[in-house]
Amino acid sequence: MLAEWQYIGIFVALSPIFPLAPVVLNRLLGPHRPNPIKQQTYECGIETVGDTWIQFKVQYYIYALVFVVFDIEAVFLFPIAAAFGQLDLFAIGAAVLFIFLLTDGLVYAWSRGVLEWV
Amino acid sequence: MDILDLLKSLLSLSLGDFIRRNFGTGPGTELLIDIGGVVILSTFCLLIVIFLIWLTRKIVARMQDRIGPNRVGGRYGLLQTVADVMKLLSKEVINPAGADWVAFNAAPLLIVMAALLMWAVMPFAPGVIGVNLNIGIFYILAISSASVMIILLAGWGSNNKYALLGAFRAVAQMVSYEVPMILALLVPIILASTMSTEGIIAAQTLPFILFAPVSALIFFISSLAETGRTPFDLLEAESEIVAGFHIEYSGMKFGMFFLAEFLNTLFMSGLVVTLYLGGYRFFGLENWVSADGYPYGRLIGLIAFFAKTFLLYFIYDWVRGTLPRVRVDQILNFNWKFLVPLSLALVFFVAIVDKLIPTGTNVVVRMTIHLLLNILIAAVALELLRRRGRQNRLAMSAGGGSGGVEAVAGHGGGHDDHGHDGPQPIEDVPDVLDTPLGVREPVAVPAH
Amino acid sequence: MSQQIIFFILAAITLTSAVVVVTIRNLFHAALALMVSFLGVAGIYVLLEAPFLGMAQLLVYIGAISILIIFAIMMTRRLMQTNESPFNSQAVGALVGAALALVILFVVIIRLYPMAPGDGVGQSAMAVDPAILQSSVARMGRSFVSAEAYVLPFEVASVLLLAALVGSIVIAWPRRGEEDNQ
Repeated sequence: MLAEWQYIGIFVALSPIFPLAPVVLNRLLGPHRPNPIKQQTYECGIETVGDTWIQFKVQYYIYALVFVVFDIEAVFLFPIAAAFGQLDLFAIGAAVLFIFLLTDGLVYAWSRGVLEWV
Repeated sequence: MDILDLLKSLLSLSLGDFIRRNFGTGPGTELLIDIGGVVILSTFCLLIVIFLIWLTRKIVARMQDRIGPNRVGGRYGLLQTVADVMKLLSKEVINPAGADWVAFNAAPLLIVMAALLMWAVMPFAPGVIGVNLNIGIFYILAISSASVMIILLAGWGSNNKYALLGAFRAVAQMVSYEVPMILALLVPIILASTMSTEGIIAAQTLPFILFAPVSALIFFISSLAETGRTPFDLLEAESEIVAGFHIEYSGMKFGMFFLAEFLNTLFMSGLVVTLYLGGYRFFGLENWVSADGYPYGRLIGLIAFFAKTFLLYFIYDWVRGTLPRVRVDQILNFNWKFLVPLSLALVFFVAIVDKLIPTGTNVVVRMTIHLLLNILIAAVALELLRRRGRQNRLAMSAGGGSGGVEAVAGHGGGHDDHGHDGPQPIEDVPDVLDTPLGVREPVAVPAH
Repeated sequence: MSQQIIFFILAAITLTSAVVVVTIRNLFHAALALMVSFLGVAGIYVLLEAPFLGMAQLLVYIGAISILIIFAIMMTRRLMQTNESPFNSQAVGALVGAALALVILFVVIIRLYPMAPGDGVGQSAMAVDPAILQSSVARMGRSFVSAEAYVLPFEVASVLLLAALVGSIVIAWPRRGEEDNQ
C-alpha cells in the first residue's frame, strides 16, 4: 500500500523541479530592467482605477456552496461504485435514494432561481 | 549486465525488470526505479507538449484555411515551438506592481505540478504506469480539483481586474462542470466495479463507449470546460478580458500556464481513451510475451494507446477550430440545467439496470441492454430540449424584436421566470440554426 | 523509520501553517496557509494507510471548502483592509483552554493506546492484514449501503447534505420580491 504511495511521494517531491527549472533559466537568460511604468497593472492602455480586490457578487458563493454539497456526495458515491459488483439490490436502492435526495436539493435550487445567472 | 538484455528490455518497456534482475530487489532498488520513473514520465510530459503545440497550431491552421508554422525547421515548421521556447526563455519576467508575491509566483509552479501529478496513474501499456493506485480515478479527481484553487491563486495574485475576473469565471465554470464530470465518471466505475485505471481497462472486454456513450459524451463536454478549451474558454476570452487569469504573466511563467493547458488536454484525451475506448487494449496483442520472456506486447499497447489518444486529441482540436465561444450565462445554464440533471438520471438508471441484469450474462447482451438504455435517455433528453427550445422561440417571437438583444436584456434583468433556459448549442444543432437568439455570437454580457 | 521522518515533516508543515493561519494579518495569506495545513493533513492520512481519506481531504477541503473561504473573503470587503490585531486580549482564558485541551488529549491517547512494555504503538499498526487495506475502499462502500452496517447514518448524511444546501440558499439568496433592492 504505502509502497505504491512512495511513488506519489517522490513525484510530489521532485515535480517542483520541472517547472522551476525553466522559470529560473528564464530569470537568468532574460533581461531584468524593471521600471514603474513597465510594472503598472496591464489594462488596455488606460490606467487602472481603484482597488482590484473589490467585492464580488453573491452568485459565485452560491455556486460554490452547491458544488460543495455535490463534492461531498461524490466522496460517498465513489466507494459505493467501486464496490458495485458485491452489492445486493437493497444496497443499490439505498445508494439510489441517496442520489435522489440530492437531486431534490438541485430541484429546490432551480425552483428558487439560484441557478439563474443574473 | 548484458547489452542485448538491456536492449531487449528497452524495446519491451520493461526496464524496471532489467534493473531488478541486475541489482536485486531491495527497497533501495525500488526507490531508484521510482525516481527513474518519475523523471522519465515528467520529462516525457514536458517534451511532448512541444510537439502538441506544433500539432494544434498546424491542425487549427488547416481548419481555418491557413498553412500554420512553415518556416523554422523545414517546410512543416517542426521546430517552431522550440524557437518559441527559446524566445520565452529570453524574455524579461515582469513582476507587476502590487502583486501578491507568494500567490503570483507559486501559481505557475503549482499548476504544472498538478498537471504532472495526474499522469502518475495513466496506464500507457500493460505494466507501464507510474503506479496503479486502487483509487486511481479518485486521485485524478482530487488533483484536478486542486488546480481550480491554483487558478484562483494566479488571478488573485496578479493585482489585475481582468485577471481576477478571469479567475472568478474560471472557478465558477470549473467548479460547475466538475459535478457532471464526477457523475459521468461513476458510470465506468460502476461497470468495472473498481477505481483503478488498470482495472477499468482490464474490465473492458468491449470498450465502455458501447456501454455508456452518454456518459462518454458528458465526460468529454465537461473535460472541455475543465481544461478551458473553446467553446468554454471564457476564462481566457482574449476579446473580453484579454487573457484572463494569466494576463500579468510574462516569459516562462506564462509558458508554464500554457504548458499545463496542453498537458491537461492530452491527459483528458488519454483519460477518455482509458475509460471508454479500452485504453492500451489492441485485440489481446498488448499482452504478447515473446518466447524468451520479454513482454514485447507492451510496445504494441503503447502504440495503440497513443494512436487512440491522439485521435481524441485531434477531436479536441477539431472542437477548438470549429466552435465559437459561448456566453457565461449559457455555459452555467447548460451545465446546471442540462448536464447535471442528465448525468444524475444516467447514474440513477445505470445503477438500477446494471444490478437487474443477472450476473454471468453474456457481455454482448449486457452491452446491448446498456446501449438501449443510453439511447432511451438521450432521446428523452433531446426531446425535452427540443420542446424547451420551441417554447423559447415562441416566447421570443411573441415578444417581437430581433431576439438577440432581447435575450441579453432578459438575462441581465434579474427576471423571476426560471423556466428560461439558455439555448443548448452543442446537443441540439438543428435548433440552434433557426434560433433567433444569435447563440453563436460571443456577446459580452457585463456580468459584474 | 523513514515513515516517522515523513510523519514529523508533515506534522511540522501542518502545525506551522496552522499557526500562521491565526497570526497573519493578511486574510488571503491566512487562507493560503490553511490550505497548506489541509495538505499536510492529507499527507498524514496517506501515511496512515487511508489514502482514500487523504484524497477526499484534497477534493473537499482544497477543491471546495477553500474556494468557499476565498469567496467569503472576497465578499467581506472591509475585512481586507483591517489593521486590527488578529488576537483578542484574553490570554488567561486561552492558556486555561489550551491546558484543558492538552489534558483531555493526553487522557484520550493514554486510554486508547495503553503502553505496556514491549507493546509499542507502531507494532499494532503493522499487524493489519494488507489484503484488508488493499480492498478498504470497496469495504467502506459496501458498509455505507448494507443493512447490517451504516445504511441509516448514510441516508441521514444525505438528508443533512440536503438540509445544508437548502439552508444555505435560504440564508444567502434574497427572497422573491426582494431581488430588485438587494
